[in-house]
Amino acid sequence: MKKILHILRRRSAEEKPYWEDFSYETQDAGATVATALSSLHAENRVCASKEEFRPVMWEHSCLQKRCGACAMVINRVPALACDTRLSELRGDIVQLEPLKKFPVIEDLLVDRSVMMQNLKDLSVWLEGEAKSGPEDMAFEASRCLQCGICLEVCPNFAPGGSFAGMAGMAPLSRLIARLPGEQRGRVSRAYIKGVYEGCGKSLSCRDVCPADIQIDELLVKSNAAAVWKRWNSIR
Amino acid sequence: MEQQVSVNIIGAGLAGLSAAKTFAEAGIHVRLVSYQASERAQSNLAEGGINAALNVMGEEDSIRGHFEDTLRGGCFLADPNMVRNLTDGAPGIVMEMDSLGVPFHRENGHLIQRNFGGQKKKRTAYAKSSTGKVLMTALIDAVRRYEAEGLVERYPHHCFERLILKNGRACGVQICDRFRDQEIVLEGSVLMACGGMNGLLGGLTTGTTSNTGAAAAMLLEQGVEFANLEFLQYHPTTVSITGKRLLVSEAARGEGGRLFYLDMDGNRRYFMEEKYGERGNLMPRDVISREMVMLGKPVCLGLTGLDEKTWGVKLSDLREEIIHYLGIDPAAEPVPVSPGIHYFMGGILVDEHHRTNIPDLYAAGECACAYHGANRLGGNSLLGAIFGGREAARTAILQLSGKTEAGHASPQDTRTCRAVTEAEGSIHEEMTQLLAKGLAALRDKETMETALNRLVELRTQAESTDASDELRSKLLLGEAMLRCALARKESRGAHTRLDFPDTDEAMRKTTVVRVEDGVVRIRFREIPELRQE
Repeated sequence: MKKILHILRRRSAEEKPYWEDFSYETQDAGATVATALSSLHAENRVCASKEEFRPVMWEHSCLQKRCGACAMVINRVPALACDTRLSELRGDIVQLEPLKKFPVIEDLLVDRSVMMQNLKDLSVWLEGEAKSGPEDMAFEASRCLQCGICLEVCPNFAPGGSFAGMAGMAPLSRLIARLPGEQRGRVSRAYIKGVYEGCGKSLSCRDVCPADIQIDELLVKSNAAAVWKRWNSIR
Repeated sequence: MEQQVSVNIIGAGLAGLSAAKTFAEAGIHVRLVSYQASERAQSNLAEGGINAALNVMGEEDSIRGHFEDTLRGGCFLADPNMVRNLTDGAPGIVMEMDSLGVPFHRENGHLIQRNFGGQKKKRTAYAKSSTGKVLMTALIDAVRRYEAEGLVERYPHHCFERLILKNGRACGVQICDRFRDQEIVLEGSVLMACGGMNGLLGGLTTGTTSNTGAAAAMLLEQGVEFANLEFLQYHPTTVSITGKRLLVSEAARGEGGRLFYLDMDGNRRYFMEEKYGERGNLMPRDVISREMVMLGKPVCLGLTGLDEKTWGVKLSDLREEIIHYLGIDPAAEPVPVSPGIHYFMGGILVDEHHRTNIPDLYAAGECACAYHGANRLGGNSLLGAIFGGREAARTAILQLSGKTEAGHASPQDTRTCRAVTEAEGSIHEEMTQLLAKGLAALRDKETMETALNRLVELRTQAESTDASDELRSKLLLGEAMLRCALARKESRGAHTRLDFPDTDEAMRKTTVVRVEDGVVRIRFREIPELRQE
């Protein structure tokens, strides 16, 4: 299998982006975009244009879609590099771009700290002891990778805005599932402000979530509890 | 912000978060330094569960039983006082995690525990096969509260560069903001929670690529004592996928999975059960891996006998992962498995209170050699990380009382990064291969010495080619691992020597390794006796 990695590169946020191509060949049918990017360091010390090789910057960690580090835009669709097999991509050219909703640091490396800041601003934590509640809902919500892929396709999310997107909805849903009664007001207000009021229900996030989180279900349950105060419906 | 005493934690996985929470609860300002956000930490990959003798399964479990199983599983190489602290503290840790909203599996409202290897009772609390992830989510939330209060200050895209020592004490760290290529000096005590040394073995482990081993290597070079580096855990059920080993959780066997090979007539031979009885599939990991390697035949994990409820409620995520990466539905056909490197029992030498040989430097989690002796039991790593982080922080808090000097954070010059050169890349690659051969599940003097001699040559080569500090210190750490393994002339736990197949009671000691003037020195230290309570 032979592919051309067509990568949108940038030395820093201040400099202009440019495209650069790297060829990649493998016999491994399971090879992913992450495999190809890892190999660049080993095999492409001189890049296609024969200039001195500058390593392609990208984030990676678990390589088994459990950490969300390697989120990027692959052939115009946001996805995890470790979850995207080259054999499943059409054509010879694999176009790689950084996530666009976040500031670019270098190449495919972006600063996703706005997601963590949003959770801080919405006071996403429990005070006092959690109540035993629906484990399924808490489990599902706990699985969010904070990768940012959902925000990339969301028509309503913009960095700096008050809507935290599904990356805010999942952690808030975990709280809603385990909330002691006296905190319902605080968390409900955060949910309404940070999620409910901003969500246009396009649910485009559902189709791209690499963890396959049951977003509809979390949303329905969280709305019922936090917005319409039907707390018993999720118990 | 008014000047205050600060502590610097390196690593924001479970151990680092647990430590940060403990400091913050005591009102102490901490800086939480991590290469990436907590969501990317290796702790998120932990699957099967967390151990505590809660005695909720009607099996008359006891803390004493947990203590004995852990000590025996580690082949009596861990400090029994530390193990007692851990197992005594375990129920409290699981209850604390429960109170943070961790969705442990329950039935009719009651917490349920599962079987895990090397333990006689159902003692492992779990959330399907994603226990590490749900624990991390809860602890990230808990620490976020202190971030908002300003007590925890994150440095979430920063790498550790070196410890700052003054008169033999740790008084800060030099880190680098990898988004801005800017070096920063953080003053104050230091708590290492930087995880295992996976990076030395490239893609041959089940860990993450961000656990490069570079921090540990630099500490070794700077005079921090390490221990038991010869003990690498080979987990019996892993699978090679592109770029790494994929773990098939021990939970699969805890819920009834059976290991077998096919004999000449095509019959399934349940070799572990044949040799060790009905609990053969749940023997400690070192025992099973050794049996598999000695068997020398392809082994499969049979999970087709598990019922629908088990797949649906307890292992649905594991099933999805196996289908996704291997194209095999484990409910319908067996999964081919083989041993792979999963955990480092050895690491920074700590005492019972998580102190290192350097005053004001503490260590916890996988980077520390603490609770697991010669072989870690499944379910004890999550416990050891959370408990150890808390204990290390508690010790540091006691040491901090009375201190008043401010711990500043001082940005330094920006630096210019350079690409890894071709020569460095090939040295690193060769180091990985040498360590894999020298530290294979079955070892002998000859293979280890061959690897060691070449590694020493590579060090010389690296020095003459102006290689990076990181590569040079990693070669030193690799050498230390091999020298530890050569020095231990016995077989014990995860360290199996073909030339010394027996366990030698006289070797029931801690291997201590330290670098002095660039030379790796090994000595053995007595293991403390269990104090009478």
